[in-house]
Amino acid sequence: MRVVILGVGNILLTDEGVGVYAVNELLARYDLPEEVEVIDGGTSGMDCLDQVSGADHLLIADAMRAKKDPGTITRLSGDQIPAFFKTKISPHQVGISDMLAALNFHGLMPANIVLFGIEPQSFATAMELSPGIAAILPQVVDMIVAELKTLGLSVRPKAA
Amino acid sequence: MSKRITIDPITRIEGHLRVDVEVDGGKVTKAWSSGQMWRGVELILLGRDPRDAWAITQRICGVCTTVHAITSVRAVENALNLEIPVNAQFIRNMIISAHAIHDHIVHFYHLSALDWVDVVSALKADPIKTAQLAESLSDWPLNNKHVMTQTLEKLKSFVGSGQLGPFTNGYWGHPAMKLSPEVNLLAVAHYLQALDAQRHANKIVTLLGSKSPHIQNVAVGGVSNPIATDSQSVLTIERLLKLKEHMDALGEFIRKVYLVDIAAIGAFYADWTKYGAGVMNYLSAPDFPMDSKGTQFLTPGGYIPGGDIGKYKPITAFGDAFLRDGVEESVKHAWYSYSKPGPLHPYKGETTPNYTDFQDDGKYSWLKAPTFYGERAQVGPLANVLCGIAAGHQPTITYATKVLDTASSLLGSKIPLAALHSTIGRHAARAVRAGVMQEVMTQNWQALIDNIAKGDTTSFNKPTFPKGEIMGYGFHEAPRGLLSHWTVIRDGKIANYQCVVPSTWNAGPRDENDKIGPYEASLMDNPIADAEQPLEVLRTIHSFDPCLACAVHVVEDNKEVVQVKAL
Repeated sequence: MRVVILGVGNILLTDEGVGVYAVNELLARYDLPEEVEVIDGGTSGMDCLDQVSGADHLLIADAMRAKKDPGTITRLSGDQIPAFFKTKISPHQVGISDMLAALNFHGLMPANIVLFGIEPQSFATAMELSPGIAAILPQVVDMIVAELKTLGLSVRPKAA
Repeated sequence: MSKRITIDPITRIEGHLRVDVEVDGGKVTKAWSSGQMWRGVELILLGRDPRDAWAITQRICGVCTTVHAITSVRAVENALNLEIPVNAQFIRNMIISAHAIHDHIVHFYHLSALDWVDVVSALKADPIKTAQLAESLSDWPLNNKHVMTQTLEKLKSFVGSGQLGPFTNGYWGHPAMKLSPEVNLLAVAHYLQALDAQRHANKIVTLLGSKSPHIQNVAVGGVSNPIATDSQSVLTIERLLKLKEHMDALGEFIRKVYLVDIAAIGAFYADWTKYGAGVMNYLSAPDFPMDSKGTQFLTPGGYIPGGDIGKYKPITAFGDAFLRDGVEESVKHAWYSYSKPGPLHPYKGETTPNYTDFQDDGKYSWLKAPTFYGERAQVGPLANVLCGIAAGHQPTITYATKVLDTASSLLGSKIPLAALHSTIGRHAARAVRAGVMQEVMTQNWQALIDNIAKGDTTSFNKPTFPKGEIMGYGFHEAPRGLLSHWTVIRDGKIANYQCVVPSTWNAGPRDENDKIGPYEASLMDNPIADAEQPLEVLRTIHSFDPCLACAVHVVEDNKEVVQVKAL
């Protein structure tokens, strides 16, 4: 079994980078089994294609605007994730959904995909999370850990 | 009666690039290009250690990570007057050439081919005839009838399952779509194969840069790749041989597929060599330094005014004064304010936001308007290829001639070099440059091997920062064209930092003299068959490989795509 955990977002824009902060926090707090690969995807899409292709399970952490209260964590899985290509005027819009659509067309889609979307509070230019989102970061990490445990993986907190 | 069309991708936050055109008599008569998001990254860098700037700037954007990292270390090294070991140059050169090839392939096949290729029409193709056509153009092994038949089956099952997947939102059946079903099917087959090809480029970046998408191995003073021929976990002979396999695979795809496809698209859409020239002052930087100082480059660059390659003036070294002294940025039409009137040189650049609203005759963009000695300039692969031809750079001339000759023979009439000043010409130039990049990459691979064989395994010179103020700039001929970072360092801390990115040159708004920029100029007189589906505008803008306000990357819960508003 191969599990990929992908954190995406821009760490220069406050909560835009929450997915990246989440996977870094996960790595800082837990020892993960070797089946698990953690990727800081930044704002790249297609560049992560290789690492993601053919994974059995893909867990994604990303900022998601769903018109909810800031800090709300939404868990989406399978078909709920928008795996469609958007008409593009800029390649930077080649995001996660585009990457998934490409994998789908090639028959390399991970068998199970779960996305943890975090409703952002601020997109100001700064290299740290807004206080409200920083406060819920441990919850995001806990949800990822719980997800790994349901897959039967052994995840241990690092020795203090 | 003129009609106003606004194309505004409303994905992400406030969108990225917005283009407005006025159409009269079926043609574009006025155009505005507007960057829709503030990129205040420069402010984050103030007061920081210059050795950290590269790692931060590579987060500016999701596609151009590597190029900002390289340009940033070059800027700081220029400020320090620091030479770097040739091994570091070779390793950086391989990373940036592999990155460029990755970008060019993905841009053409995955981001812009669908402007020209009608996927739905491909369903009507005869796969046998498609294979005959493909095999007459190239001896690429995956052009045979089995591959074409499989591609058609795959496409049928995809469309049959009710989803167009990657191809949703294309302009199917648009009157400006001209390819036969067979050519469309061939393009779909190569679209799929391109996804495999780009992986080779990505693997090269990962092997050398330690990690992808954000490379880890760059440092002010060189690279952090230890070189040892007998140790694991460093750059070993085994890894070097693996690199070469990926390079060779890329070369085959570029020569047998990409360059041929570009020639075919150019021939079938020969009318698009008449549109999209825009600003014909071309600016490009030399790149791929082979010495420690940055005075000997594998690809030339310089300035060509008015499309006249006889007037080419080269840029010759890192820190070159001709480039350094010619650049200014105006904010007359951008959402910033300067503390004094007139444009500013990047060393004196200011980043103070001043948002108004979209004002047709006033401020309308988050991009500044750069000029070179007071003139607008177009940057990108076309500028680079034209400079290469002007400088007599043989690999550039060879690939450019191959594309033009192939297209001419398909069309049955001679396509001149001047046809490159166009929408389709920018795509052709990108493919030509991909061919050149593959040779550059291989040359650097050989140079590294030869140098290691001589016993030189140095890859890093330690920088030291003096008291007081120093300044420097770094340039890189990035996939979208000339990229420069400008920094002022005071007592070892960043006191000013400005990035003048390729898309600022091309997509910037009107300048201090109200002259339109390259995107805007290139849209003039473009035919518009259907104002509700302005495919022609997308074709011309996409030909620049647009890339701006790159930073935002939020998953959206709505499926609205691009807002096209015809007023």
